[in-house]
Amino acid sequence: MSEQIALSRRGFLKVLAGAAGALVVGVPFAAMADAPIPPGFLGDTLYGMGTYVRIDTDGNVVIGARDPDTGTGVATSLPRIIADELDADWSRVSVVSLGLGVTNNNGAPSWTYGHQLGGTGSSIPAAWNDLRQAGALARWLLLQAGAQTLGVSADRLRCEKGMVIAPDGRRVGYGALATAAAQISPPKNPPAPKTPDRYTLIGQPAGDVDARRIVAGQTPYTLDHHFGDAVVAVLAHCPWRDGQLKSIDTTATLAVKGVQKVVQLKPDPKRPPGQTPIAPAVAVVADSTWAALQGRRQLKIEWQPGPSGSESSAALEQQAAALLDSKASADKTPPTTRVRDDGDVDKAGKHAARRLEATYHQPWLAHATAETMCCMARIDKDHAHLIVPTQAPQRAWAVVQSLTGLTPDQIEINVPRVGGGYGRRLDHDYVAEAVIVAKSVNKPVRLLWTRDEDMSHDWYRPASTHRISAVIDHHRHVIAWDQKLASASALVGRGVPDDRLWTSELEAGQIPAGLVPNYRSDWYNLASALPRGPHRGMPQLTNAFAVESFIDELAHLLRENPLDTKLRLLGEARQVPLQGGGTLDIGRLRNVLSLVADRIDWKQNWLRSVNGLGIACWHIGGAYVAHAVEVSLKGNTLGIERAVCAVDVGRVINPKGLEGQIAGATLDALGTALNLAITFKNGQPQQHDWKDYPLASMAQLPDDVEVITVPGDNRPPTGASFLAMPSAAPALANAVFRVSAVRVRRLPLMKELLRLL
Amino acid sequence: MLQAHVPPHADPGNVTPEPARAGIDVQINGEHFHHTGDPDMPLLWYLRDVLKLDGTRYGGEHGEGGADLVLVNGKARSAITLPMHKLTGHPITTVEGLAQADGSLHPLQQAFVDEDAIGCGYCTSGWLIASMDLLHRHRDPSDSDIDTLPNLCRCGCQTRVRRAIKRAAAAMKGAKA
Repeated sequence: MSEQIALSRRGFLKVLAGAAGALVVGVPFAAMADAPIPPGFLGDTLYGMGTYVRIDTDGNVVIGARDPDTGTGVATSLPRIIADELDADWSRVSVVSLGLGVTNNNGAPSWTYGHQLGGTGSSIPAAWNDLRQAGALARWLLLQAGAQTLGVSADRLRCEKGMVIAPDGRRVGYGALATAAAQISPPKNPPAPKTPDRYTLIGQPAGDVDARRIVAGQTPYTLDHHFGDAVVAVLAHCPWRDGQLKSIDTTATLAVKGVQKVVQLKPDPKRPPGQTPIAPAVAVVADSTWAALQGRRQLKIEWQPGPSGSESSAALEQQAAALLDSKASADKTPPTTRVRDDGDVDKAGKHAARRLEATYHQPWLAHATAETMCCMARIDKDHAHLIVPTQAPQRAWAVVQSLTGLTPDQIEINVPRVGGGYGRRLDHDYVAEAVIVAKSVNKPVRLLWTRDEDMSHDWYRPASTHRISAVIDHHRHVIAWDQKLASASALVGRGVPDDRLWTSELEAGQIPAGLVPNYRSDWYNLASALPRGPHRGMPQLTNAFAVESFIDELAHLLRENPLDTKLRLLGEARQVPLQGGGTLDIGRLRNVLSLVADRIDWKQNWLRSVNGLGIACWHIGGAYVAHAVEVSLKGNTLGIERAVCAVDVGRVINPKGLEGQIAGATLDALGTALNLAITFKNGQPQQHDWKDYPLASMAQLPDDVEVITVPGDNRPPTGASFLAMPSAAPALANAVFRVSAVRVRRLPLMKELLRLL
Repeated sequence: MLQAHVPPHADPGNVTPEPARAGIDVQINGEHFHHTGDPDMPLLWYLRDVLKLDGTRYGGEHGEGGADLVLVNGKARSAITLPMHKLTGHPITTVEGLAQADGSLHPLQQAFVDEDAIGCGYCTSGWLIASMDLLHRHRDPSDSDIDTLPNLCRCGCQTRVRRAIKRAAAAMKGAKA
């Protein structure tokens, strides 16, 4: 192993000579770059080095993927960004998942890989800003080494598919140059990334890097790992987060062959949700999963409800309606917040030719990940090793650190491929449980939540009640829009000040803010002790359903084609400033709408088809989306005949991956809207299994999702993991209205449609 | 299974049968295993905890969702609902057993790769097993045949799975012709 270390003085990129002459380029945090790095730390393994690119002398390239892949494709797209800058031969690239990169900075954690967060739509924008540098620097070093070897100045050389090529056609592979390249000092100024016309991988389709191993059953998820001497822990949680254990008899449990111990867990009220057990719980620890499950079955437990034990989702909904009805709702003291107030909505009402008001109700939702909450934890005196299915390894680290008191570098967190996140794995209550149990039994632990525990102990997406009223003048223009939303904020108890609790529920710049002269949006705080937290597509999902359904209702009132009403409301292509930064590009939004309308032949089919057509659009963080959906209704059977989705995400890194994300999110949103709701009675969720919470079947979903991608090559890329969610459900409901004349203002849709038909 | 053991030169009238062997013989992916633990243990935990064949995954106590499907006599069955004592004489194939002996992928697996029919991938094994069962029954499955797959997926891989099954059916037909 070489101990030669060339360190960039820029404090950004670093170059290392790895074992056996490999060239290694990484992007450590600025704070780290100038600190002395013990050579022993620079082992041959990529995991320990904080690196992104390793070029071996045989020409193989290893690229690290830093963000957890919960099915979002970032383990493919992030490495391809690096590989393109490097001009690597993709067929010789292998991708390794980087665990959490953390080092000890006087007791404080220093994050070696920077951004490590999955499933929040931030991976690609972050990577675009820094990962390209890693590839560009590696390529620059190889060019310098190539210049020495070929005797040609570097600026006359070019790189292609893992080769440095001279003008006369002579070529040398990266592998042969790796050792020499590692000895070259990095440039003072970072090499410029490629110009887009020279991209070879970015913008080209690529399948999931793990695909071949996944179809062979060989990609390990968390519990597919094995610590030799681990015990299994399964849990029984108290039905109420704020409840407590009243009595327990473990005799029969401990009599089950293989059961070792029963451990009681309690949430620490001083810790925020997601950093402590989700509810009081009893863990049955055994030498096998089967024994633990049998032991759990034998538990005799009585739980005692806390204050949330008197709550129900039906009562909360009534409270929401009462709040929106009451004149007392004029009170805007936090947490209830007037989010936006343009013009004068009340005064505009005096010019009304027509008015429309509608109320929409959307239910509580569970995350329902395929892989239930689980964790592997080995906690020794001076070392903790965890395997965690997480979207946010840095937050998982903080939980482990606070429960063990270990120093940053004593905590090792591996993040394997994750069986779905949707926001659930931004919280780490299950990690806290694994640590507590491992410490209690003094053995490594495999912690598994059964499906019923997973579904009935979640940080749920709160229900919402929207009331929208609009004023239309004599010229058929919407001159005032008044939007009220009552919900129990997902941010309560999470360290967010009262006057910001609305931010998980509503956006100040959502359609049609800025498009209607008099616009007002109010959020009404609904007090509840029921557990809730971040969820995929929040807050866009609920708001898009209400707003885009309402615009369709306006069209019906005005006897217009809904596409025309929508385009009229959006107005001419222009830039509309958004509150809180950024702009809404009306041209791009109109464009995605037109694309889906053209594809589904809206002009012909909206009027003439025996099926119903619906359309909707939305925007998230600078990306634009529209859906057109065609449904049939035969008796009580609703069929989604076509689903078309157009997206504009700026530059597309991996079109195949993007198409998968867009189709997948569309299906998730449609299935959720059709079937899903969590309801609470006596503070307890009434759903425990897929039978009660039926994800859509193949037959319910469309056979295909037609995805149209707008080429956005001159714009930086945006995240796409939940972009296609918001407009899908309103397009569906609008199509259902067209085919049935039934306006569904309450989700889940199928239940409400069958009630109203 | 009782087997008579006849030592050489023994008096044929004086044979003592070997005592019945405790435990359960099972055949998984063509290999023979002998389970000596609890006969009621579900196959899922035998695969995962004992054999460390981890491609078959836990999805729920009743097998809904399909992450734990395996082929038993060629039919897709939920491994968590199958106690070990019922499995003797019923050959089992898990996702690890789908590839050919030389390690090359089955056309169905290849079709899943080609269509990128993978979301988070956790329950992909179950989709493959259910699709394999379907292709056993329908060499050229229609859309409504494919609609009968029992699997659930929140990532939304359904449309890509549909394409993969059709691609595999075409490839398998071509291979046989």
